Amino acid sequence: MHLAYPAVLASLLFCVGVYGVLARRNAILVLMSVELMLNAVNLNLVAFDVWLRDTLHAGQALTLFTITIAAAEIGLGLAIVLLVYRNRGSSDIDRLTGLAEPRPGSSGGPLVPGAAADEDTADENATPHGTTDTKATEKANEKAEASA
Amino acid sequence: MNALAAGHHPGFLSPTGVEITFVLVGLATLGAAVLTVSTRQLVHAALWLVVALGGLAVEYLLLTAEFIAWVQVLIYVGSVVVLLLFGLMLTKAPIGRSPDADSGNRPVALGVAVAAAATLVWVVVDAFRTTWIDLHGVVQGSSRATGVSLFRHWVLPFEALSVLLLAALVGAIVLSRREEK
Repeated sequence: MHLAYPAVLASLLFCVGVYGVLARRNAILVLMSVELMLNAVNLNLVAFDVWLRDTLHAGQALTLFTITIAAAEIGLGLAIVLLVYRNRGSSDIDRLTGLAEPRPGSSGGPLVPGAAADEDTADENATPHGTTDTKATEKANEKAEASA
Repeated sequence: MNALAAGHHPGFLSPTGVEITFVLVGLATLGAAVLTVSTRQLVHAALWLVVALGGLAVEYLLLTAEFIAWVQVLIYVGSVVVLLLFGLMLTKAPIGRSPDADSGNRPVALGVAVAAAATLVWVVVDAFRTTWIDLHGVVQGSSRATGVSLFRHWVLPFEALSVLLLAALVGAIVLSRREEK
């Protein structure tokens, strides 16, 4: 088989993943795009391993390691996304601007969407943990606004 | 491989059956990947991801890497996509069409992706125009060959990886635990 076929397919898949990471708004869709990029790398590793007839099978061993690391990454990433959703009420990555510098023109700066999301969370999560967390975030927001 | 490269080249115009299958499955995989990153229904994105990852497993089979192919089916299609679907449902993702699935920097992302794709494809095709994979002979990725190389040459990384998995497990539990006051 021509080596260009798997190589071209891998590079195209990688670029599709790059587009997804840059363009998607939901954090879980971004994680899906990351999976696409990792899979493109895996395809490259397997193709070059078969081409070089490596006696150590370095490419296939590394592919297995990449798959394992991807599984760990998706587990941790989803845990973080769920935590962010629980605290903020949204997993849209362009609304998570709590650490952004306040813009000079706008009144509340980028903290306003986060605060609004916090109120939503307080309504949805009636658990004590959710409310304490929300209070902590609001306190942090107030502090940040005072310092700004 | 060198003998093959020095000898007669199998041409572009006489593709083998494996090549034709690879290209067809590759087109399906690429289409599913594009739909994954462009569909407006979030759950459909996860389902198209299943198609893309399954297509990649078929590509691994065509490259004679059997063990990797089944690991791909088992871990990616079996567990990662299920985790992603759980994540979508736990974050109350909208089931129908959501018009705000793409953020505002979509044109920039499209430009970056197209530029990167053009550069990468050009470089890759230019570099590997005259290389062929010899798929005949001993199967490269049978579970016997993979297991022997994994447990003879790659034992230490394998064990380190198990520690990493344990750390990830503990980390996920710590992250998702609700603190009791």
